[in-house]
Amino acid sequence: MNIIKVKDLIFLYRKKDENGEVVQEIRAVDGVDLEVEKGDFVAILGHNGSGKSSLAKHINGILFPTEGHVYVNEKDTKDPAEIWHIRQTAGMVFQNPDNQIIGSIVEEDVAFGPENLGVPTEEIWERVGRCLKAVNMEAFRESSPNKLSGGQKQRVAIAGIMAMEPECIVLDEPTAMLDPRGRQDVISTVHELNEKKGITILLITHNMDEVIGADKVFVMDKGKVVMNGTPREIFEQVEKIKSYGLEIPHATELAYQLRCKGLPLPKDILTREELVEAICQLN
Amino acid sequence: MSIKLEHLSHQYSQNSASSRYAIEDINLTIEKGEFIGLIGHTGSGKSTLIQHLNGLLKATGGSYTFDGEDVYAENYNMKKLRSKVGMSFQYPEHQLFEVTVLKDVCFGPMNMGLTEDEAIIESKKALEAVGLSEEYYEKSPFELSGGQKRRVAIAGVLAMNPEYFILDEPTAGLDPVGRDRILNLIYELHRERNMTIILVSHSMEDVARFAKRLLVMNQGHLMFDAPPVEVFRHKKELEEMGLSAPETSYVMEELHKRGFSVDLDAITMEQARDSILQAVKGGKAL
Amino acid sequence: MMRDITIGQYYRADSPIHRLDPRVKLAGTFFFMISLFFQKSILTYVLAVLALVAVVKISRVPFSFMVRGLKPILYILLFSVLINMFFVPGVVIAKLWIFQITREGVIQAAFMGLRLIVLILGASLLTLTTTPNQLTDGLEKMFGCLKKIKIPVHEIAMMMSIALRFIPILTEETDKIMKAQMARGADLDSGNLIQKIKSMVPILVPLFVAAIRRANDLAMAMEAKCYNGSDGRTKMKPLVYAKADKTAYGIELFYIAAMIGLAFVSRRIGLSF
Repeated sequence: MNIIKVKDLIFLYRKKDENGEVVQEIRAVDGVDLEVEKGDFVAILGHNGSGKSSLAKHINGILFPTEGHVYVNEKDTKDPAEIWHIRQTAGMVFQNPDNQIIGSIVEEDVAFGPENLGVPTEEIWERVGRCLKAVNMEAFRESSPNKLSGGQKQRVAIAGIMAMEPECIVLDEPTAMLDPRGRQDVISTVHELNEKKGITILLITHNMDEVIGADKVFVMDKGKVVMNGTPREIFEQVEKIKSYGLEIPHATELAYQLRCKGLPLPKDILTREELVEAICQLN
Repeated sequence: MSIKLEHLSHQYSQNSASSRYAIEDINLTIEKGEFIGLIGHTGSGKSTLIQHLNGLLKATGGSYTFDGEDVYAENYNMKKLRSKVGMSFQYPEHQLFEVTVLKDVCFGPMNMGLTEDEAIIESKKALEAVGLSEEYYEKSPFELSGGQKRRVAIAGVLAMNPEYFILDEPTAGLDPVGRDRILNLIYELHRERNMTIILVSHSMEDVARFAKRLLVMNQGHLMFDAPPVEVFRHKKELEEMGLSAPETSYVMEELHKRGFSVDLDAITMEQARDSILQAVKGGKAL
Repeated sequence: MMRDITIGQYYRADSPIHRLDPRVKLAGTFFFMISLFFQKSILTYVLAVLALVAVVKISRVPFSFMVRGLKPILYILLFSVLINMFFVPGVVIAKLWIFQITREGVIQAAFMGLRLIVLILGASLLTLTTTPNQLTDGLEKMFGCLKKIKIPVHEIAMMMSIALRFIPILTEETDKIMKAQMARGADLDSGNLIQKIKSMVPILVPLFVAAIRRANDLAMAMEAKCYNGSDGRTKMKPLVYAKADKTAYGIELFYIAAMIGLAFVSRRIGLSF
């Protein structure tokens, strides 16, 4: 079953001058069609300004289509009666960890979502404990978010979304402001939620290494989906990916360069191990 | 002409019980014309260290000599030091404030005592160097893209004509195109103007590609100060510090274990490619 | 300097005071404050100081930590003490140029200083033992009745708690901005007042831009988490009075009664001044 269905989505972003007159219309999203199956780990790739963030904000009902439709669990996001249901079904994690933490104590922040949903007090406690455990942050339950590292804050933010028991989590460049260690923590946490709890993940990023483990990848450029497929299918097309201002994983890049120099290596190498194995196979 | 740190330490909340060293006993000499990479995970003390180099922080112990003069002497001209040791911070949003790009870039040179006309000349040169043409002069810095903002911020420091340029994670949050643009720009500055560069980065690939000398900070101490090739031989120690070697370096190690006679010191993509080709083809030219 | 301010800071500890319902603490602080403006008498002051010392002891907040919080108000304190010392008419005991110190002035000043110190310590004890969230929760519930006259109590409380959460973030951000501008040669210390105000522009503009951006992001994040005002909202930590809270209310009432009694007695036996 498709949990998310985007149909002919167009989103116009209007720039206004001081007098409120429209001076420029930008097609942030320009005719996107895509479907995400329940339980999948989907990555959306694109350089800054490719429209990937605007697309993500439609799924949670923060932005609304200028034209076309977005359905979450077959409910149209344009329907005002369904908006709370949609926001609860598709939770959203943002880029800046500081700007999405509302509580002054970790556990109170995680409770913010369920409080809004009107979950009974006892169940809130149960959910908060469970979700902090799921992101490995139970030890920081009573800490102030200001004392945490970027990666830890982002995991708290994820726990806060988890506590709303969504079926799908949309993460809008959650690692852009983190150091490598924090990045790894967040990505492995997200994978764990996908595998163990079956939560559908929609990860927006421009970092290739984060895409490798995805079931499906959509590449966006100038508001359009220009490529889609498994990570292997995507990264095989090295020149095409690069033409969209993106890069490929290091191992794939090295294999590509070796191939250009005449080594008969397979096109679908993604990881270090695969590359080493393939080179060994040559002899 | 050099930066010279001897036994430099910085202790936070010196007089209280919670006192701790942010950096401790740093000995470092930086000569003009070097390209230095600085790595270390968050909280390792690298930010504290670089803030000493242009006098934003004052050491609590040890000495700092710039061009033979004691920076901590009573009448030392900090403004002059800051014009010679330029520094651009991670987030350009923290320094852009003027109505137009050109005016914003003029802020530094005018603080240095230049007249408005002189400052405009320097600023235009700096904007040209970062690849922002005339059409950007009158734009508001707030309506630029992330990569453009970063370039304006760099121009703002460049317009002060520093001899040393410290860049704190100048590519954080940029996409591959924006990132390559900034890195190439930095390399150009180094090559064409012989500007001394200190590049703080989280990307081992980037420092491997550009730096001639690599500094590694951990828990407030300077752990390594050597060419990148040498530093990246210490994979285990680096990993214990929460760092790593470039990805290619690991590929080479694996291949070496499998019996290929590859160059273990290949740290860039090109070096790795050539070395693998040689090992596989037995050195035959293709 | 910023680090020294303990007013508004929370000191984490597990004490009976920390565990009290914030409403009890708010009421207690209120009672304590009014009691200080009762009849001036040695007896009432002794009781107020004793009460404060007892509560501080129970709260497990180190006394030195609290005293540090007095530093920022040192000048206000000195000023009011000096004013009292020099300008209260009475028996002159010393003369200094055109100023004269009176016996009444010294006594007045001593009590004024003591009153201010006790007042500040008492108020800071509230925030030291109560998290900002508990505090706003307490205020929200105490003033909940005002909702009936269309005062958005919940919204004000939410705004307060968000502001409190962002103070440290914005403080740190200000520090970073100042450094970034100083690296560009900005001179923030010298010059006359007008120059100083002018030199703040390069700090304030990025700070406001950042703050507005944060506010925007935060609003979006709250909306994404289904925030929709107070309607239908539940609480993770709802405020319910426990036995200890009722006892504390009892002690507070007893304290106020004792204060009134002492003030009355002092007046009778002439201990007031």
